Parts: sequence; structure tokens; C-alpha cells
Amino acid sequence: MFDQITEQLPLFFSYHNLVFILQAAGRTLSMTIIGCSVGFFFGFIIAVIRQSSSRPLLIFRLLSIVYVETFRRIPFLVILFIVLFVIEPLMPGTSLFGIATVSVCLLSTAFLSEVIRSGLESVPAQQIEGARALNFSALQTLVMVVLPQSWKVIIPPAAAFIVMFIKDTSLASQLGVIELTFAGKMLVNRGFSSVLGFGVVLICYFALSYPLSRFAAYLERRLASS
Amino acid sequence: MDYTFQFTEVFKELPYLLGGALVSLQIAFITFWAGAFIGIFGAVAKVYGQRVSKRIASSYVTFFTNTPALVQIFLLYYALPDAGVLLSSMSAVLIGLTLNAGAYLTEILRAGVISVRRSEMEAATALGMSRLQILRHVMLPHIAKTIYAPLSNFFVWLVLGSSLAALFGVEELTGRAINVSTANLRSSETFTVVAAIYVILTILASSSLALVGRLAFRVKAKVF
Amino acid sequence: MHHLEIRNLSSAYGSTEVLRDVSLTADKGEVVSLIGPSGSGKSTLLRVLIGLTPPTKGEIIVAGDQIDYHSRKELKALRNRMSIVFQQYNLFQNMTVLRNVTIAPIKTKNRPRVEAEHEALALLEKVGMADKKDAYPEELSGGQQQRVAIARALATNPEILLLDEVTSALDPERVNEVLDTIRALTHEGITMLIVSHEMAFVREVSTRTAMMDDGRIVECGTPVEIFDSPTEARTREFVSKILKH
Repeated sequence: MFDQITEQLPLFFSYHNLVFILQAAGRTLSMTIIGCSVGFFFGFIIAVIRQSSSRPLLIFRLLSIVYVETFRRIPFLVILFIVLFVIEPLMPGTSLFGIATVSVCLLSTAFLSEVIRSGLESVPAQQIEGARALNFSALQTLVMVVLPQSWKVIIPPAAAFIVMFIKDTSLASQLGVIELTFAGKMLVNRGFSSVLGFGVVLICYFALSYPLSRFAAYLERRLASS
Repeated sequence: MDYTFQFTEVFKELPYLLGGALVSLQIAFITFWAGAFIGIFGAVAKVYGQRVSKRIASSYVTFFTNTPALVQIFLLYYALPDAGVLLSSMSAVLIGLTLNAGAYLTEILRAGVISVRRSEMEAATALGMSRLQILRHVMLPHIAKTIYAPLSNFFVWLVLGSSLAALFGVEELTGRAINVSTANLRSSETFTVVAAIYVILTILASSSLALVGRLAFRVKAKVF
Repeated sequence: MHHLEIRNLSSAYGSTEVLRDVSLTADKGEVVSLIGPSGSGKSTLLRVLIGLTPPTKGEIIVAGDQIDYHSRKELKALRNRMSIVFQQYNLFQNMTVLRNVTIAPIKTKNRPRVEAEHEALALLEKVGMADKKDAYPEELSGGQQQRVAIARALATNPEILLLDEVTSALDPERVNEVLDTIRALTHEGITMLIVSHEMAFVREVSTRTAMMDDGRIVECGTPVEIFDSPTEARTREFVSKILKH
């Protein structure tokens, strides 16, 4: 088996294949980045809605709770299928990449809203009271007092979740999106050794995830000591 | 749009689907305990081990937590036959998920091991308790209390993760959903119902685990 | 024969010497107090005695027997005769008050459970915590936890009791309840070594006081001698600064 691998190495790492793998990695990365950006945005909105106590927002608060609690409890694979079967008839011709990205958005919004919410809640009540006593509006309190203090609590778990989303995108390969995992399968189907094909794919995922994991661990240490 | 939702087609298959839910639970159960077995060794190696065992445990954890489980299972499933080992889909999935779970469980158990307070250990030593007695009466109860919540959450996560098995033909909940929807062509209804089953299943699991935690370990865990 | 004899004891932490050539004796039933600035080695001395920190030189003799601190068997036997109460109480968080007090007698002295509980309840009565026997440490105040810690230390019937700054971590209102408990103990014939900052208390209950600084015993004598007419300059300096409060 190992001679087979060493034989294939030069063929495997041909220019064409490398470009192919890099493009696939690019898709993995863009699904994650788009998904997480959207997730942060809507997650933030949901977190703020859930924190507030105003009557008119009550219905949105309830909807948010239902949304978050539901999407946190569905496997990503099932979310992919549901999004596929819902969007296909409604907007035929949507790219598989789009469907996968929408799925990541739905998932990341749910998880990141929880992370952001606990970050907002971690700011001691006295801080908020102090701001209100100084006549800050709710918005000013949020932007000038709560947010700057909640970053520390939000970023380490958020980074861990982003690593999780990178790994979840591998399921998009089942839909047919040509991301890293699919690229691996294609190369193996072309005849390369599975150890080589999947091994290289694993290394690529590792290269994407590990720096982020280390960053999260570093931040956690900084947070714990401060 | 000319589509009428027909959930009755799905409800006819409810017993079949719930059977799949049972398989999902079984997969989660097996991988949890097998992974915990690995995790104990890993945690002890990382905390008390020599440099070599520490390195091995760290590398194991780092590798399996930074790469997707799907590709890990692919590697097992497609590469091992070349080496002469033929695995059934269920075995490949179980082994892959176990190795994956073992890495996360190493970290959870490690956090438990290092949470033991030195002050209590010193008090126990000063009272003349032997190392074994200290382990049993001071260390383990505290560790159990510390890791119960993370372990419960992890188990629920494993239940969701078991859906991977469907991609290898295993007939757990997602796998059966695929079968049903291929047969009745009611994909969106089928998967909506299956999603609901997952939600209910995980809520039930979290609640029971929280209840057990409160009664047996005096741990207050949050379900929502 | 002295009950406790410490001869030329030294202990080092890495390359720092924390105890230098300390010699001290205590007769049966004596209450010896250790005073001095932070870092002078007072707590370290107690920790070495109970075997939590290893000695590097010197001898420790209890009732005529020299103790080998590297022998696990001898340490175990020593801990049957000597108990310590810590500054941070160090109660077992996962056990009730009663269990905290009974666990050592049951596990290390093989007392039957019924007897151990009976005695534990008597001890808890003595320290005024009997009504909280089923409570967990997290439900108690610092002063209450410390009193339980004292009961736990007494449960093994020690000949020698070490008290390491047992009131330093408490709120001022709680200090007195613990001091009262200790004061009552001084009449029971247990040999006690007390490290404390509570000068008035130390002066009242001790039979002898030793002043420590920088790992050494600077001066040792009766409380009257140490507090009212110290001979060493260092002692005088410390005592005057403390008693100013």
C-alpha cells in the first residue's frame, strides 16, 4: 500500500489537482465565513431581542426562543436536507453552494445567538445601572458599556463554534457541493489511494481549523488571567 | 404553487422512523461509553503522564477535534480495505465516531481531573487518609459533579452526530428518513417530521439527564 | 520529657530556605503561639509538622519518638496523634457537616460508624454546630465552616492540635465565635500550637509565645515577656507595630 502511495505522490500533487483542492478549500472557507458572518449578525439581533423586556417585542422574543431551541437540536445533515427540499421548489436553480451556505447560516445563527446572549449577560448589572444612572439610553448602554465588556466572553466559545462549522461543511459534500470533502472523494474515485486523497483533505481541514482553535485557547487563557 | 402538504404519508411511517430514533440512541450510547473509556486514559495521560504519553494524547485530541468526523470515517471505510481489513458500514461508523468522541471526552474528563481542589486534598492527607481513600472519597465525587453537565451535553451532541451514519447506509433516524422520502416522494414533510423527532428526542434526553443529575449528583443543569 | 520537640529544623522550597534551624519545645497541655510578620515561616512550620511540606534538616520528636517524615507508615501514625486546622477551613465540599467530621475516624481509625457519629455529634455540640449536621459547607458562613473544621480536627482525638491562622479568613464578626471555641479547648489538656495575628487572644491563652522572622525563631518566652518586655530588637519592633492597633 505504501509503495502505491509513493508512486502516486507526484501525480497527486500535479498543478491541476492542487488548484482543484485549493478551490475546494476556498468553498469550504467561504461557506464558513459567509455562514458565520450572517450568524453573528442575526445572532446578535436575536440576542438583543431576547435580552430586552419591551412588550411590543414579545412576539419576536418567543419566535427567537423557538428558533434557537429548535435549530440547536437538529443535526446539520437534516438541516441541509430540509433547506434543499424547501428551496428547490420555491427557487429552482439555486446553486447547491447557496443551499449549503443558507444551512450554515441557519445553524450558526442559532448557536452564535446563544454565545452572544451569554456574553451580554455576563456584564454585571451594576455596569448597566451605572450607565442608566448617567442617563445613557438603552442603545448607548449597549454600545458603550455592554458590548466592549462582552467581547472577551463571546470570542473564545465563538471561535470554537466556527471550528465546528468548518467541520460541518464537510456534510455539504453529500449535497454535491465541490468543497474539500467532495474533492477528496472525487480524487479517490479517479484512482488515487484513499489514504492519500482523504489524508491530504484531513490535513487541509486541520490547516483551516487548528490556527483558529489555538487562537481560541489563547484568548481563553488571556480571559482567565485578566 | 401547486403543492399540498401531505403529512399523513409520513405519519404512516412513524413506527419505522421511531425505530430509527432508537438506533440513533444506541449509536450515541455505544460511542459515548467506548469514547469515555479512551477518554479516561487520554485525560490521565494529559494530566499525570510522562512527556511521551502526554504528547501522544495531545496529538490524538488535536487531530480528531480539528478534522471532520465524516472524512475520518471515509478514511477508515475506504483505506482499511487496502490494508486488508474489511469493515462493515456500521463498524466503520462506530469506530470512527468512537475515536472522534474519545478526543472530546479526553478534554472533558481532563477538565474534571484538574478541577480537584488542592486544599481538600491537603486536608484529607493531613487527616491521615490513604491515597486510595482520598481518590474515592474526595477526588471522584468532586470530579463526577464537575463533569456531569458537560458529559450530558456531549451525549446529546452525539445523538445528533449519529446522523452521519445515514451516509454509510446505516438505518438510524436520518437513514430511515431518506428511505421514507425516497419512497413517498414527500421529502419536505418527511424531513420536517424527522427534525421534530430529533428536537423532541434531545429535549427528552437533556431533561432526563438533568433530572438524574439533580437527584444523584446534586448538580443543577440547564435544559433550556 | 517534652511532648513535642523540634530540633534544628530546616525546610527549603526549591532554593529558598523557608525554615532555618528552628528549635522549639512544647510540654503536654501547653499552648504555644507563633507570631511574626507574613512570610516568616510560621505556617510553614505547621505544614512541616503535619507532613505536607518535607523537612530538609533537623528532627521532630513526639513524646520521645523521632518521626521519619519520609516513611508513609510513620506519617500515618503521626496523623493519628496530630491534627491541623487550616486558614481556609478546607472542608470537603461534597460531604455534609456530619460526614466531614466522621470520615477520618471511620476511614483512618476504623471506628464503627454509629460510634463515630455519636462522638462527632458531641464534638459538633461543643463547637455549636450540631444543628447544622446535615448542611453542606457551601450553605455555611466562614465562621461556621471553621468551627466544623475544628470539630473535624478533634474527631481523631489528637494529642497535638495545630491551628494555622484560623481566623484570618473570617469577617470580623465571625472571629469571636471561633476564638471562643478555641479558648474553651485550651482547658482540655491538648497540646496546641497556634499561629495567629489575634494578639490579644494569643496573649491571653498562650503559656508560651515564640516570635518568628525570616524562617527563624527570634525570641521565645511567656506572653508577658514577649509582649511587655521583649529583649530582641526585632521582637520589640513587631510587637509595638501590632499593638498600636
